[in-house]
Amino acid sequence: MTRALLALISRDLKLATRIGGGFSLGIVFYLALVAILPFAVGPDLNLLSRIGPAVLWIGALLATLIGLDRLFQADEEDGALDLMRMSGVPLEAIVAAKSVAHWLASGLPLAVAAPLFGLMLGIEPVALLGTAVSLVPGTIALTFTGAIGAALTASLRRGGMLLSILVVPLMVPILIFGVATTEASRPGGVSFTLPFLALTALALAAVVAGSAVGAAALRARP
Amino acid sequence: MRLIVSELACERGGRVLFSGMSFTVESGEAALLTGPNGAGKTSLLSILAGLLKPLSGAARLEDEGEEIELSEEAHLIGHRDGLKSQLLVSENLSFSQALLGSPSLSSKAALATLELEHVLHLPCAYLSAGQRRRVALARLLVARRPLWLLDEPTAALDSASRAVLTKLMGDHLAAGGLIVAATHEPLGIGAAEIRIGGV
Repeated sequence: MTRALLALISRDLKLATRIGGGFSLGIVFYLALVAILPFAVGPDLNLLSRIGPAVLWIGALLATLIGLDRLFQADEEDGALDLMRMSGVPLEAIVAAKSVAHWLASGLPLAVAAPLFGLMLGIEPVALLGTAVSLVPGTIALTFTGAIGAALTASLRRGGMLLSILVVPLMVPILIFGVATTEASRPGGVSFTLPFLALTALALAAVVAGSAVGAAALRARP
Repeated sequence: MRLIVSELACERGGRVLFSGMSFTVESGEAALLTGPNGAGKTSLLSILAGLLKPLSGAARLEDEGEEIELSEEAHLIGHRDGLKSQLLVSENLSFSQALLGSPSLSSKAALATLELEHVLHLPCAYLSAGQRRRVALARLLVARRPLWLLDEPTAALDSASRAVLTKLMGDHLAAGGLIVAATHEPLGIGAAEIRIGGV
């Protein structure tokens, strides 16, 4: 079973980096979102640095949604999902493996790029580090929560919009604790550990719930 | 090994496609599903593969009196071949092998059997419909599974490839395998015909 799951993860990573894979799509969207913000709010560095962590988090959330609609849809369309269901590997493990691959290809790069993008918003260096650290469990939680929506809309054409409507409400707690973690990492902030632990707990819960609910949704397809 | 289908009924989109379907396929035997378009041949194969729930009845696989998990012992080759256009043929086949377990032939040897060795390092996007179908059929050889569920296996194949497929099916049956194939054309193997739908 481990061999099958590793093969699945490496296949999905290969697909993500090839033509039409959407590996760089989320990160470019993220950059665009952060880059246009100063044009909208004006060149007030204090204001930018105050709202910066929230912007980085909203950007990460929206960038996660990009490409999530194809997570199961591509395999559903060409029959690869049927192949996976006949492999004898539990569908929950398959959903988890596909989500892990998606996170490695599109979630983790967001966390790595966030400090760079944060520079453009004038956020303090220590808070930049805090943002990057909080986005690691944060993007895991966002990806697995999104997997639920991706599984529900797998057999719909143009399911991306519906997916966003379905999962964005579920992502609100992640956003709240994520921004709280980032705020706490600023100079003079309150305890960093507490919101960070809550965020990590949310990530763990999302891994379990996302895998189980995603698999149930895929099984229930007509 | 024996495939037992008893009193199977299938509903798609609120319409009962077939009901009371019963038949048995023994080791070394093949069954041909025939019937008009939309009669439920593909749905029956999906039920046998464990991908679709029947309305009633059951299909099971028995080996020496013990029931074994059907979907883990079956290959399904259908219209949706599960091949990724962006990946090389070799990558597609080695992924299938790792996923399905019980590895048999290497990707290269399986393609050689289907006279398609030269496409091993091509992306699947460059293949013709017939070549693509043959790559999908190569999956039968890279992982060993006793029950072959084939949905229109000869679609898009030229006559030389059909002859190769007939030989592969013959070898599989001789080795004690089971085949259930939905088809509109004779496959060139001795098989019991099961008619779905119509009169």
